Amino acid sequence: MPFFGSVSLLLALALSVYTLFAGTLSLWAIANGRALAVAPERIRETARRAGIASFIAVTAAAFALVWSFFTNDFSVDYVLHHSSIALPGFYKFSSIWAGQEGSLLLWAWLLAAYGFVLRLRHKSDITLHAYASTILAGVQIFFLLLVTVVASPFAIVPGGVGPADGFGLNPLLQYAEMVIHPPMLYLGYVGFAVPFAFALGALMMRYPGEKWIAITRRWTMVAWLFLTCGIILGMHWAYAVLGWGGYWGWDPVENASLMPWLTGTAFLHSVMMQEKRGMMKGWNVWLIFTTFILTILGTLLTRSGLVSSVHAFAESDIGNWFVGFLVLVLAVCLFTYLYNRDHLKNENHLESLVSRESSFLFNNLVLLAACFTVLWGTLFPVLSEFVQGSKVTMGAPFYNRVAVPIGIFLLFLTGVGPLLAWRSTSLRAIRRNFVLPCIAIIVTTLVLIIAGVRPWSADTQAAGDVGSSIYALVCIALGVGVITAIAAEFLRGANVVHTQTGKNLFESTILLTRRNTRRYGGYLIHFGVVIMFIGLAGSAFNQSKEAEMSFGDSMNVGGYKVVCQSYSEDSNANYDSQFALLDVYHNGKLITRLAPERRVYFVNTDHAQPSTVVAIHSSLENDLYVVFEGTNPDNQKPIIKFFINPLVNWIWVGVVIVIFGTFIALVPPLKPATRRVEVPAPIVPDAALGGSLARGPLPLSAPENPHV
Amino acid sequence: MYKRVLQLVLIVFVAFTMLGASSPSARFGRLGHDLMCTCGCSQILLECNHVGCPNSTGEIADLHAQLDAGGTDAQVFKFFTVKYGPIALAEPVRGGFDTVAWIGPFAFLLLGIILILLLLRLWKARHARLAPAVEPATPDADALRDRIRNETEYGE
Repeated sequence: MPFFGSVSLLLALALSVYTLFAGTLSLWAIANGRALAVAPERIRETARRAGIASFIAVTAAAFALVWSFFTNDFSVDYVLHHSSIALPGFYKFSSIWAGQEGSLLLWAWLLAAYGFVLRLRHKSDITLHAYASTILAGVQIFFLLLVTVVASPFAIVPGGVGPADGFGLNPLLQYAEMVIHPPMLYLGYVGFAVPFAFALGALMMRYPGEKWIAITRRWTMVAWLFLTCGIILGMHWAYAVLGWGGYWGWDPVENASLMPWLTGTAFLHSVMMQEKRGMMKGWNVWLIFTTFILTILGTLLTRSGLVSSVHAFAESDIGNWFVGFLVLVLAVCLFTYLYNRDHLKNENHLESLVSRESSFLFNNLVLLAACFTVLWGTLFPVLSEFVQGSKVTMGAPFYNRVAVPIGIFLLFLTGVGPLLAWRSTSLRAIRRNFVLPCIAIIVTTLVLIIAGVRPWSADTQAAGDVGSSIYALVCIALGVGVITAIAAEFLRGANVVHTQTGKNLFESTILLTRRNTRRYGGYLIHFGVVIMFIGLAGSAFNQSKEAEMSFGDSMNVGGYKVVCQSYSEDSNANYDSQFALLDVYHNGKLITRLAPERRVYFVNTDHAQPSTVVAIHSSLENDLYVVFEGTNPDNQKPIIKFFINPLVNWIWVGVVIVIFGTFIALVPPLKPATRRVEVPAPIVPDAALGGSLARGPLPLSAPENPHV
Repeated sequence: MYKRVLQLVLIVFVAFTMLGASSPSARFGRLGHDLMCTCGCSQILLECNHVGCPNSTGEIADLHAQLDAGGTDAQVFKFFTVKYGPIALAEPVRGGFDTVAWIGPFAFLLLGIILILLLLRLWKARHARLAPAVEPATPDADALRDRIRNETEYGE
């Protein structure tokens, strides 16, 4: 099987090289009207088919690796280092991406899969798809080169005969979410290669109009959704497995996933300005270029060990390859942009600071500032070492001080942006749209203060959490304001539908959403993001306690009473474990029994590794998060650490809403609004309406894109 | 009015200045969250959850000793920097080049805002030069525009 896998990868590489060169040659001939021995259109078609075949070849290689894992073929070095006979089948499958070589193969396979779909759906615009297919083949060659030349997952152990058992999978990765977290993240990373390829292709061929954006919109949203899910699954994994009570540690690898998400989000917003008003063309092209480049940079940071990270299991020496590829991509993007920049002239310009366009601009700026902050914080230790000769730590306190205010500004724009009109917004419209949200903000602030969120209180001062408390207060109040604004938008639209159709308000809301899925899906995404922000703000009120607990001992924490019922040990083929059984009471009533666990994998070997299995009791109000830290060596009493983490569930609920909203935004609208409504000038004699009506059609009444 | 605003600003300033005063245990908690465990776990000192961690126990004892000795925050940070290296600080607070870490993101944001405002000014000037004069939208025009929007597109 390893031989079959290696040959499949070589075949895939050869096919991708053919796709790149045949595609380039045919497109060059078509663009310049040159005749070739074979018609360029036929060559282009063979390139497309070679691209499709390369997917089959990479799939065969991936199958070979899966087979090697499930048959315990420890003659394959990668299988030897990431699996063992006792490893459950579930994790044998996820072992495929547990290390460097397998992750790169997964990347290559996903890229081939995206390319496969793109090449099958080529009929909507054959030439543009041919450009995108050729560019994707170029990216594919890089990853196939890595897995064939530098980091082959099919390398055989010295001597060709493997030991009887493998070294096993890193215990941190033996968790259900690890089966889907990396593929989701990679689907997001790799997915951004598709809009990148379309953008670069459209620029190369000087594609007329904005159709390429409409073609790539769904690709971009799907990639964004996968990346969102991947990031959140990673957060949940960190929360449930690492046992330090948090979900985001600002680790360089976490940061690496956040950066393309931020620029991708900026692109999804900014691209609307190009669709609606023909603005920001060059900016949009660079946003998607940057997003793709950041996915490569993220992989470079993960793999090269350039910055120290808890994701050490993925490090290796292939950083130079990524640096080379990064430089090449940047050079191609820069050259293409400079060569064709006259094609990217804006058709319109910003007319008012108080307009939808302006809010998008500021939204982009804030998202980019957030991205820059994360990049800056990630790379500053390297810069510091270069300048001062010593590395510094850029831990959570740095990001909390810098990124949190930027995030709150973004939350503010999330609420303000959709309430502003295109081109310009009158003072009256501002007053009308902003009254309710402002009232909601003031009321929420007062309620929170009455409920005890008082940054100036002695308790908050004693805890040294004044800054966090202020941010949390602002964030929650602002969040409620944004939710009110979104609800008011739904209500306003639903009332119109209700008037027109006579349906009740609920049915009207459904119909309204189905008629403009993109807009109302977008609102739902905003709603989900706000819920997540409120959940994140809850971290300002985290509490923790640590205690040694033996049978019958109890502890009061955050309104819960925890009683230790027993402490036990267990052993199985994969690991040994110690756990405590804790009864949890709330208001004097038993509500649950928790069993925090500490496992030791690879027992009786020289690489025994402890791991934590956290026990969590979740509610919308807070999480009781319990960690079995170990036993006191002096008296053998279990040491238990308790965390009260408020509002954490809101984060996961928010993500579900974001996913739901994205699905709605992806669905084609039920009844596209394509009518242009014109107001005839002569029938408006009222002088109070002013010249703007007397001159004819109103600018807002002309939807260029029926899906907006 | 001006005096009243000034008074308000002063009160807020004094209130925030006084917020810094805290008990020894709160100070321990605050400083412990500004320091890192240096064992390589990349965790905040007081959040390191490794039983038998080779570094965090010693660091916590050092922190207690420094606080008992009455050292200022700066002296505590200096002690940790000398003993464990700059990586023991959770954020760059030594002054000098460390300050650049704090300036960078806000400078980026400020530069971006200035750029947008300049761009807006440039575009407006160009728009005014090229386009025929357009009378400003009136409340009634806005109302009509909203009505048309609502009755046709249910959206933008």
